[in-house]
Amino acid sequence: MKRVYVNEEWCLGCHLCEYNCAFACSGLKDMAEALKGKPIYPRIHIEGNESISYAVSCRHCTDPICVKSCISGAFSVKDGLVSIDQSKCVGCLTCVLVCPNGALALGETGVMQKCELCTKNECGTPACVTGCPNRAIVFEERGEQ
Amino acid sequence: MSEYVIIGNGVASVGCIEGIRSSDKESGITVVSAENHFVYGRPLISYLLEGKTDIDHINYRPEDFYDQNNCKVLYGKKAVSIDKKSGKVVLDDGSALPFSSVCVAAGSCPFVPPFKGLEKVTNKFSFMTLDDANALGAAVTKESKVLIIGSGLIGLKCAEGIFEKVASITVCDLADRILPSIFDAECAGIMQKHLEKKGIKFILGNSASEFKENRAIMQDGSEIEFDVLVLAVGVRANVGLVKDLGGEVNRGIIVDEKMKTSIDDVYAAGDCTEGFDVSFGRKRVLALLPNAYMQGYTAGVNMAGGEKEQKDAIPMNSLGLFGLHAMTAGTYEGELYEEKGEDFIKRIFTKDNVLKGFIIIGKNERAGIYTSLIKNKVPLDTLDFEALRQGASTLIFSKEERKKIFGGLQ
Repeated sequence: MKRVYVNEEWCLGCHLCEYNCAFACSGLKDMAEALKGKPIYPRIHIEGNESISYAVSCRHCTDPICVKSCISGAFSVKDGLVSIDQSKCVGCLTCVLVCPNGALALGETGVMQKCELCTKNECGTPACVTGCPNRAIVFEERGEQ
Repeated sequence: MSEYVIIGNGVASVGCIEGIRSSDKESGITVVSAENHFVYGRPLISYLLEGKTDIDHINYRPEDFYDQNNCKVLYGKKAVSIDKKSGKVVLDDGSALPFSSVCVAAGSCPFVPPFKGLEKVTNKFSFMTLDDANALGAAVTKESKVLIIGSGLIGLKCAEGIFEKVASITVCDLADRILPSIFDAECAGIMQKHLEKKGIKFILGNSASEFKENRAIMQDGSEIEFDVLVLAVGVRANVGLVKDLGGEVNRGIIVDEKMKTSIDDVYAAGDCTEGFDVSFGRKRVLALLPNAYMQGYTAGVNMAGGEKEQKDAIPMNSLGLFGLHAMTAGTYEGELYEEKGEDFIKRIFTKDNVLKGFIIIGKNERAGIYTSLIKNKVPLDTLDFEALRQGASTLIFSKEERKKIFGGLQ
């Protein structure tokens, strides 16, 4: 399946992916209305130090431990896409305790949110990918199951 | 065709069903459910009382789960024995279910010490099941003075669940600190202080010795009045079915890495078992939900003739209480690295070039990176150890490793 991949050599550390993600998942039409003057809760985040940076989001693991560990059965996997039913999440953070890539964080309402490859909005191609100015984030098939 | 019987209808049972169905789509599966409820996430009962979830959202799987997986569920039935000679599981209504293999996923039950006078306490509750939670929820009022015996995970999540519905909560424990199974003394102290600020009263190193109706007579002679008593002293694994067969049991049913018991065709999974803790290097009861699912899944794959071993089980807990969140994993032995701050402590333990365990209260972002290092015994000399001390981040990995994670390179 197609996944979001990152190339750390190309990442500028500009954090635009975080803003594009938060906007795309806000459900709002206007970017200023969605983001201006507010804390943002993106499902992708930049990690790095002085010499390197890169974007971290859910890997949609082939054997996702978050799905197996969730205490409320909120996570599920369908056709390789790991998604969450936020109405079931109680914010226990067991998924944060087990995610080997540190890709999960709470959303604004205190329940878990995660990258669902922009399948629940109208973006088509994930917004972090479309908006990356240096093609450091791509959406490709690379042979993972 | 095989015929599978699963005793128990919790998370391990769901894991077992999904494990079986990963290869065998045809054979019959019968689930024996003592509780009269569709499978629910057991830890959700405190969130249910707290109002963070509701009865429509606590199902652990979608409503059509059993139909989709071609399972028959017998609600309100208990397995009383496994008859190996006839190859049948005998139920409390006298009926018997033939099996080619059986998985005991019977969970655990509350351990209640023989307190003198307990039988005369009318408003007393355990806190293990949905029925327990509903009964407790119905019994408490804004005037209730609640006494909880036991300051472990169950007792404290219960306290959080009912806090807004009652007048006061006192928690007592014979241990000298709260959450003794997951915290050392200092970490327990941080959480205790936080809970005391919210209004929970603690009496530690002291427990009830006797009850006189609505009064608990403590071991030191003091008395506590209460209207509602919650017994959360501890739990015992339900080992009886396998023990009666002559199978190997200790505190839990002994299982190997395939979740086989010492009896042929009898598997076990979840809170009723003792599996291998890779951080501890020994078998122990690991009564935690993710482990229950993974053990169940492993059992199911093997029952259906596949090959699967669970080799990375460790104790781990994610515990939020009144807004302060703690995460713990592994075993606390070896060299200690520590950071502290206001409502924050991080303790990580390393030994023999691997991460053994951690306790983090507050600031537990990305803690799963630490957890996976413990589970997979990743050699620390392959990581940037200084970065690891600073915080859980994929920056600790080599560039090549990051290319595998984020670039999909095999």
